[in-house]
Amino acid sequence: MADKPRIKLPKEAAKGEVIQIKTLVSHVMESGQRKDAQGKTIPRKIINKFACEFNGKPVFSCALEPAISANPYIQFDAKVDEAGTFKFSWTDDDGSVITAEEKIALKA
Amino acid sequence: MAPRYVGLAAAFVAAASVATVAFAQDAERKGIAAPPGHVFKTIISGYEFRSKETRALQDDDLENPGFLAVERAADVWKKVEGAAGKSCMSCHEQAETSMKGVGAAMPKWDDKLQKPVNLEQRINICRTEHMKAEPWKFKSQELTDMTTFVRYQSHGMKVAVKTDGPMSPWFERGKQIYYTRYGQLDLACESCHERNNGKFMRADFLSQGQTNGFPTYRLRDQRLVPLHERFEGCMFDVRAEPFKPLSDEFLALELYVAWRGIGLPVETPSVRN
Amino acid sequence: MKAINRRQAFALGGGFVMLTLMPMAADAEVTNDAAKWIEKFTDGKTPAKGKISLDLPEIAENGNTVPLSINIESPMTAESYVKDVMIIADGNPNAGVATLSFTLLSGKAEASIRIRLATTQNVVAIAKMSDGSLFMEQKTVKVTIGGCGG
Repeated sequence: MADKPRIKLPKEAAKGEVIQIKTLVSHVMESGQRKDAQGKTIPRKIINKFACEFNGKPVFSCALEPAISANPYIQFDAKVDEAGTFKFSWTDDDGSVITAEEKIALKA
Repeated sequence: MAPRYVGLAAAFVAAASVATVAFAQDAERKGIAAPPGHVFKTIISGYEFRSKETRALQDDDLENPGFLAVERAADVWKKVEGAAGKSCMSCHEQAETSMKGVGAAMPKWDDKLQKPVNLEQRINICRTEHMKAEPWKFKSQELTDMTTFVRYQSHGMKVAVKTDGPMSPWFERGKQIYYTRYGQLDLACESCHERNNGKFMRADFLSQGQTNGFPTYRLRDQRLVPLHERFEGCMFDVRAEPFKPLSDEFLALELYVAWRGIGLPVETPSVRN
Repeated sequence: MKAINRRQAFALGGGFVMLTLMPMAADAEVTNDAAKWIEKFTDGKTPAKGKISLDLPEIAENGNTVPLSINIESPMTAESYVKDVMIIADGNPNAGVATLSFTLLSGKAEASIRIRLATTQNVVAIAKMSDGSLFMEQKTVKVTIGGCGG
């Protein structure tokens, strides 16, 4: 799970502009419904929560269930009123958290 | 109506509507003109046989999950491994320039081994001979990632395998395998991918069986699948005992099938069903 | 060389028919917990129609990866915005798919995700607004289970 998440957002935005953010993270999203070759259920292991905040304030978050595809793709919007830093986090069932940051500037 | 008959009825309705959409898509398939003497008039990528949603997934550099592998391997490219203290980069520098076109021309003749090698084998030859590192196992994430990464450096370039000279007997062997019926179902590659491509079977479209998108992110497997694993899958489906990945048989077949897609753009990492 | 004959086509197709019918038969007997999810999210209130546009393919090429986009009509101001949107699938082993939480900083109440659908079923989205009002939309997605396994 050391893979870097993939994130796409503009480098700068006009004040008050609503931008689109695309994220993709590498994860098997094991549903807990599958069985291995011996017929034993493979235990569930998913990303169960995604969150995005901007300069410490929540922007968007979601609770995820096993019905989310492997390598979860999440796209959402954000209204940019000031320059700053987006923080992204993906929380695994095992408690580990994948994090990433992206900066955005205001258009002059 | 008993619940299971409702299910049955629903399945028929679903199958019927899928078939309707099938015809709508048929007319839109674009291909390239095949060179003289080729088996097809028009060579068509597997991309054209997929739904618009699957095509959109491939086309978006951020959404396409195959790029997770490209990025992983881009880091591994720089990583020193093995007794020689080298990384891929020590010899090949920037993959973006040194690997351009390499994946489009595979498999390629190897003078030392006196046989053609494919990209997976070439990567492992580099590892064992030059890096003095352990070879990666076929189907391992590392080998499939690196194969995808190197092949991606030829993205959009035309498939251009050489089939003459010492490659010629391998080409003929591949062709022979392509047209040989295997397994309990007694089917050849030709039975589905030449004679019946474009038709709707097993709730899916039979493609021309082109290889220009491999390794490909298969929705079914939710990971990248290397070509020889797909070959194995086809043979398994016709209830044959598959040849081994990286065997001479699959290598000959890889060469021959690459020629059947000559001129198609490399789409790695593609997205397929 | 002959074309695929009837027997071969049947043998190849057989796997598909079994796979398609079995989960459906099973689903009829196993209760999906969609009703519980809805009850919990809505507190028993009945959502109104409208406001939500839910975009899903009519036919999913593969149930493992079905693109879903949602857009809820809202000014997204302090006076009126979309808070939470629950997405459930009424034919999966578990109905839950995702619950999206928007804020004023979201700017727009729209999102895209990729979901797994085990069989042909309805995908339901219910939006909870800042004033407590509820809206609902649903789409049927046909899921074919076929193709060449390998």
